[in-house]
Amino acid sequence: MFALRDKYAIAGIGYTDFSKKSGRTVRSLASEACIKATADAGLKISDIDGIVSFNFNDSASAIAVATEVGVPQANYAVDFLAGGNGANLIILSAIAAIEAGLAKTVLCYRAMNGRSGFRLGGGRDLAAYNITQYTAPFGWITYPQAMAMWCRRHMVEYGTTSDQLGEIAVQFRKNAEHNERAMQRTPITMDDYFNSRMIVDPFHMLDICLETDGACAVLVTTAERAKDMKHKPVHVMGGAYGGGPNQGEDLFDAMRWPDHSHNYAKYIAADLWKSAGIGPKDIDLAQIYDCFTYSIIMQLEGLGFCDPGEGGPFVQGGRIAPDGELPLNTAGGLLSEGYIHGLNHVVEAVQQLRGDAGVRQVPDVETCLTTAGAMTCGSALVLRN
Amino acid sequence: MSEATMTYEKPLPVLDPESTPFWEACREHKLKIVRCLDCGQVRFPPTSFCPHCNSAKLEWIEASGKATLFSWIVVRHPVPKDVYALDVPYVVALVTLEEGVRMPTNIVGCAPEDVTAYMPLKVLFRDVTPEITLPVFAPDRG
Repeated sequence: MFALRDKYAIAGIGYTDFSKKSGRTVRSLASEACIKATADAGLKISDIDGIVSFNFNDSASAIAVATEVGVPQANYAVDFLAGGNGANLIILSAIAAIEAGLAKTVLCYRAMNGRSGFRLGGGRDLAAYNITQYTAPFGWITYPQAMAMWCRRHMVEYGTTSDQLGEIAVQFRKNAEHNERAMQRTPITMDDYFNSRMIVDPFHMLDICLETDGACAVLVTTAERAKDMKHKPVHVMGGAYGGGPNQGEDLFDAMRWPDHSHNYAKYIAADLWKSAGIGPKDIDLAQIYDCFTYSIIMQLEGLGFCDPGEGGPFVQGGRIAPDGELPLNTAGGLLSEGYIHGLNHVVEAVQQLRGDAGVRQVPDVETCLTTAGAMTCGSALVLRN
Repeated sequence: MSEATMTYEKPLPVLDPESTPFWEACREHKLKIVRCLDCGQVRFPPTSFCPHCNSAKLEWIEASGKATLFSWIVVRHPVPKDVYALDVPYVVALVTLEEGVRMPTNIVGCAPEDVTAYMPLKVLFRDVTPEITLPVFAPDRG
């Protein structure tokens, strides 16, 4: 279990424009986000001695970015091969590296040309090797197709409805209206949701997140050092990474998973809250990984914001709105802000905890949960100001 | 058959030492799974070591071919478009074999809207190329 409560902090954030066609190399996007995060902390690149990222063979490596921005000595430069589950894991890994004495000041980034370059939501190699030989030949190829299988299972088990999924999509779009970074800011209604194209039943187009070109970076260091930097530090109270038994060979392979009506969140909840020393009731707002509407429901249940099967009703009636009981994804989420593979959730959490979120600032925020992952494994952080 | 083979553009399994007995059995229209010779647990997909007892001793047993529906999706937007354009809508499912393991497959012989949770199913075999036969499932009305 994470045992370094409040000893580490996020001291800088940086991000590029989020677009459909950056016209740039992924490395250049990563470098821009890293330069900005360093400046945001009031530091120089010469202060950086660690850099860590995650990718799906679709990005620039840590050493490539370190080279472009001119890190003089990268003592910790690591690339995780990970999906959305990696977005909080890289921050935990940076903390672990600093605690071990490998580095002092670490940049964590995710960069991708997710729309104009390698599209995660698209198909895969049609030669079905390894585990894929049991999935792809049946036309089970894309991530929306993979996750729809989980969503259906939740509907079977608990009676979750498309109305509940739609409410998530509509609310997050409303949140994005006030976010100048967001790719989709035009309001949508429940009618728009139901009229959006059925991609893979039970998912409509508006259940599925965006594809984005862009990058985000955060700068991690000790809370002690962060105190003297430009902004009020955002402390890492707790964190966890993991999942349950039988995660399979890759993120797509969940045929041996105990039951698709729950996901990784159930397995990391106890460690997460114990490490933070607080519980779901103490969380002021949350940035929850929303590659699909349904993953919100699964994580709310798994992390104990409500009972299993209650996630559908939980998101209804304004509870997740900015003025609700648990404001969620205040920047619009992966569904409407953009898909920087979940690291954009951390950027928004930091802005909210600093009180820098402008018109979308939720008042009196002291704690924020971020999560990353939707299926068999994932990561989460409990942050405070 | 040869013409169909020339135009088959969908993903095909690439056999490996662990999977070859499975696909060879499918070609003979038999559904086979691995059983541990030490602890008796069955498993799918086939792996070299038993996750329950770590034994490497295994045998291939023929499954009954009966299953129930665990979860399913209806693919309406084809990906890749040119490959699946004529197939949509089609049903992909996770089914639970009578022996207790889960398997991805297609549901055939049933309109997508008539598919229901836990419906009884039986295996059918589709020879898609001279080398590859896919196990699919249809409602078991018998």
